Amino acid sequence: MAEPLQVSDADFEQEILKSDIPVLVDFWAAWCGPCRAIGPVVEELARDYAGKVKVAKMNVDENAKTPAKYGIRAIPTLIIFKGGQVAEQITGAVSRSIIENALKKAL
Amino acid sequence: MPAWDYDLIIIGGGPAGLTAGIYAGRARLKTLLLEKLIHGGQMMTTDLVENYPGFPEGITGFELSDRMRQQAERFGLLIRSQEVLELKPGQPMHTVVLPDGQLTAGAVIIATGARYRRLGVPGEDKLTGRGVSFCATCDGAFFKDETIAMVGGGDNALTEALFLERFAKKIHLIHRRDQFRGAKYLQERVFQLEKLDKVEIHWDSEVVEFLGPDNLEAAKIKNVRTLEETLLPITGAFIAIGMLPNSGWLKDLLPLDDWGFLFTDVIMATEIPGIFAAGDVRAKLWRQISTAVGDGSVAAIAAGNYLEELKRG
Repeated sequence: MAEPLQVSDADFEQEILKSDIPVLVDFWAAWCGPCRAIGPVVEELARDYAGKVKVAKMNVDENAKTPAKYGIRAIPTLIIFKGGQVAEQITGAVSRSIIENALKKAL
Repeated sequence: MPAWDYDLIIIGGGPAGLTAGIYAGRARLKTLLLEKLIHGGQMMTTDLVENYPGFPEGITGFELSDRMRQQAERFGLLIRSQEVLELKPGQPMHTVVLPDGQLTAGAVIIATGARYRRLGVPGEDKLTGRGVSFCATCDGAFFKDETIAMVGGGDNALTEALFLERFAKKIHLIHRRDQFRGAKYLQERVFQLEKLDKVEIHWDSEVVEFLGPDNLEAAKIKNVRTLEETLLPITGAFIAIGMLPNSGWLKDLLPLDDWGFLFTDVIMATEIPGIFAAGDVRAKLWRQISTAVGDGSVAAIAAGNYLEELKRG
């Protein structure tokens, strides 16, 4: 999977919580500068970790339920899910190395 | 010219770096700009820029960033999304160390900017992303019809309070002095909101603690004159209390002031020949997009002259 998967409230459980490999979800919105800043990094990670980690994006403007469920009050927020549970959570635009370290911990 | 990879490497893609890129491109210097995240820097997270000349109606920080990038690329600037790990000075060329290798350049401009300063009070780290925020344009919409606080009294704090007004039920503006430092025009707009009870100003006050088991529920504030403490029930707190330079990676290389800002002379030269600094990372009095643009153009012209002299030998 080269491109991040776009997920919604409707398919979140199926695609993310029931995934058999760890999932990195990028919660974002179009009006958020730092979200645009980490967008390309998330896309790179989707390519580099294809097969090992599923990378997904959720637009918080179009999906209110899931961000509320996870108490998200800041974007960008990246959550790594493993076996349906939150393994790591990162808030704000951070560099690739920080996200990668969190991914390696979850793998 | 000696056999280096680039005539000029610019580190950082905010207004200082991009302006340096425009000037370097027009001077036909072979130039690479390295940016850790995305071009624009702090401009990217500014809702509306109203003090940059040429845009009488204001312009969003996002659009201004993108326009500067397009202008620089039009003159041949190469931009790579890459973090810089280390800068090794040398003569006649400097080495820039990247995660996947290294590059050499005759001249380097450091334009790594600054990041927001934290308050350093209990609860701040734990509740960041859970009510405590450093980016009003990113997170404001999560606080619709809620009572929130804005901490600070400069241009950024006032601009963010005015932006948040469209979402929040009420904003407590907490400032540690008895007057704002932000532009009078912004102050006037904030005082209008105060009359409408949308904004309540707490002068001479500091946040001493953020409280809440999982999400922010209150802030304890202290009046620095009377020492009286008050508990403000709030679900959001936005902090804009100044900046810290992104210069930690340079501390063994170049002299920094007490806060970590880089010293330069009037042509943006550091004490190492061929290494220049521009924008918010530099020790100076005022940090604006317009002053960063000024620094960037001066640094690029000075770097061009330096390379010219190097070539003449």
